[in-house]
Amino acid sequence: MMRRPALLLAPTALFLGVFFVGPLLIIAMFSLLTPGLYGGVEWSYYHWNYGRIFGWADGNLEIFEPIYLKILGRSLLFAAFTVIMCLIVCYPAAWWVSRLQQRWRIVFLFLVTLPFFSSLIVRLYAWLLILKPSGVINDVLMGLGIISEPFDILFTPYAVVLGMIYIMVPFMFLPLYASIDNLDPSVVEASQDLGANSTQTFLKVIIPQTLPGIIGGSTIVFIPSVGNFIVPDVLGGANGLMIGNLVEQQFLSSRNWPMGAALSMLIMAVVLFALLTFARRARQSGGLA
Amino acid sequence: MSDILHIRGATKRFSTPDGKSVQALNAVDLDVRASEFVTLLGPSGCGKTTLLRAVSGFETLDSGRIHLDGEDIARVPAFQRPVNTVFQSYALFSHMSVARNVGYALEVRGTNKADRERDVVKALQTVGLVGMEQRKPSQLSGGQRQRVALARAIVAKPKLLLLDEPLSALDRNLRKQMQIELKSLQTELGISFVFVTHDQEEALTMSDRVVVMRDGQIVQIGSPRDIYRKPRSRFVATFVGETNIFAGHIASLSRGNATLKTEDGLTLDMAAEGRSMGEPLSIVLRPSEFTLASKGLKCRVHKVIYAGAEVQLHVKPENLDRVVFVTCNDGEHLPKAGDAVHLSHDPRSAHVLEESESA
Repeated sequence: MMRRPALLLAPTALFLGVFFVGPLLIIAMFSLLTPGLYGGVEWSYYHWNYGRIFGWADGNLEIFEPIYLKILGRSLLFAAFTVIMCLIVCYPAAWWVSRLQQRWRIVFLFLVTLPFFSSLIVRLYAWLLILKPSGVINDVLMGLGIISEPFDILFTPYAVVLGMIYIMVPFMFLPLYASIDNLDPSVVEASQDLGANSTQTFLKVIIPQTLPGIIGGSTIVFIPSVGNFIVPDVLGGANGLMIGNLVEQQFLSSRNWPMGAALSMLIMAVVLFALLTFARRARQSGGLA
Repeated sequence: MSDILHIRGATKRFSTPDGKSVQALNAVDLDVRASEFVTLLGPSGCGKTTLLRAVSGFETLDSGRIHLDGEDIARVPAFQRPVNTVFQSYALFSHMSVARNVGYALEVRGTNKADRERDVVKALQTVGLVGMEQRKPSQLSGGQRQRVALARAIVAKPKLLLLDEPLSALDRNLRKQMQIELKSLQTELGISFVFVTHDQEEALTMSDRVVVMRDGQIVQIGSPRDIYRKPRSRFVATFVGETNIFAGHIASLSRGNATLKTEDGLTLDMAAEGRSMGEPLSIVLRPSEFTLASKGLKCRVHKVIYAGAEVQLHVKPENLDRVVFVTCNDGEHLPKAGDAVHLSHDPRSAHVLEESESA
């Protein structure tokens, strides 16, 4: 069996070929076709799908309105912020768990994966109940007399980012935990032994040594965050619209498939570029320090 | 000469996960002189590493004092102690080049770049690694990594260098070579080394003084020769090298000579000085102190273990079921298993144990 190791790859290659590369090519092709009047596509070349994204709708060069790019920019910002907050929340927690005794570590790893046991939609609607003006947070804060009027956080970008952090924390935690658990404690001691204080040790040794986990966690949080449309759907309202919502609208309500396809391609290109740049720079500098 | 390190009453207790408590250090006193190579020797769990970590600052003592160069360092955090460590696993920073690894101690204290580079080159010269500056630790052999760890630990000129079984991962030949290099490095640098090992040969080869530890206590401190030739207890005698111990009582005393009679009936000559008739005692005779002679203790060769220049014989005294270890040189008349031989020894070479402990 091991004489042809390439065979081991066959099932994955077949599956991804049929269900990922194929559809991707279709999307790429659709993004360069004319939108059909009632959905679908006309089989003729049309590059103003991309033109519209960049600000010139349907070949009209006089009107420049890069609304799609603004929303893409906002989505990237939200995703980046989600990554940073997840890192801040998860790194100390992963560190703490990795220093526990074996049986307690298992308990906490289980707790981290616990949210997966219930539906994402249900959990997001729970946040709706928590954040709404007559929700739990406002009730408590007003009951304690800390605020006199309810917080208006629901249907704002803050609610969207909060929701995204909430659903992404487990995805950040697990790779970080794996990396931190792998960290050789004697390397940390060596740094202190050689005269580095805690901050220096953290920046010069611990972060670079756990960089694989940081890069891995950031990647798998960033990608789905950029294109996320469920969280803004439930918690975002009109101000929290993200690029993922636009794609969804183009396909399902506006019935402009080529436009949706072009937006999808753009998201992919931007995310890919952002990640490659991030990973390369992180590796080159040997850390974030 | 002044003491660089001064430890008094070092005591440390650990609790194990299953709720028991282990006495890792029990009122340990130790002084290390300036420019001295001291080895802490003992079986695993004897407290030698705990003692080392208490000095480097990674373990806090329950009680006791540690003075480094006259200063009480109990409350000084590890990163501020003028002590550097060579770790057992080397603990190199895998994301940094060799040069940055070696210069780390200077980097974190803000030494300027020119001075740093000069000192790094000097340290790399000392350990014989010039030209490897830009490599990553993963591109080095085990021996080279060891040298990087060493260069990294000496670059900032610590007052005391601690070495935690640094040679245990090397193969035998390299280990032997590094032992000699370490000793000459220590002489060259003139700083004190505290070296932890469980390998008695390593301890004897390199040290000015050997500190033998057991169960959190120091059982003997002395020069390698003293530790080997004049072990105080049965534990030290058996831990440091292969040995023969004969327990019995003085059966005869005459001008200068005494004889010891063991429980199983052997009689052995020894010096009479300070002995009294019927006194119970144990004596140590190293394998090399026996010679094969034409007369003496009549034995039969049980096993011959050929080890190159030296040959180890396991011989059994006639009618007895005990094995005596003897070494002889490889020569023409090497005995074979089953041969009858006579053992003799210089009575003065029999060393009497202070039998204060058992086992």
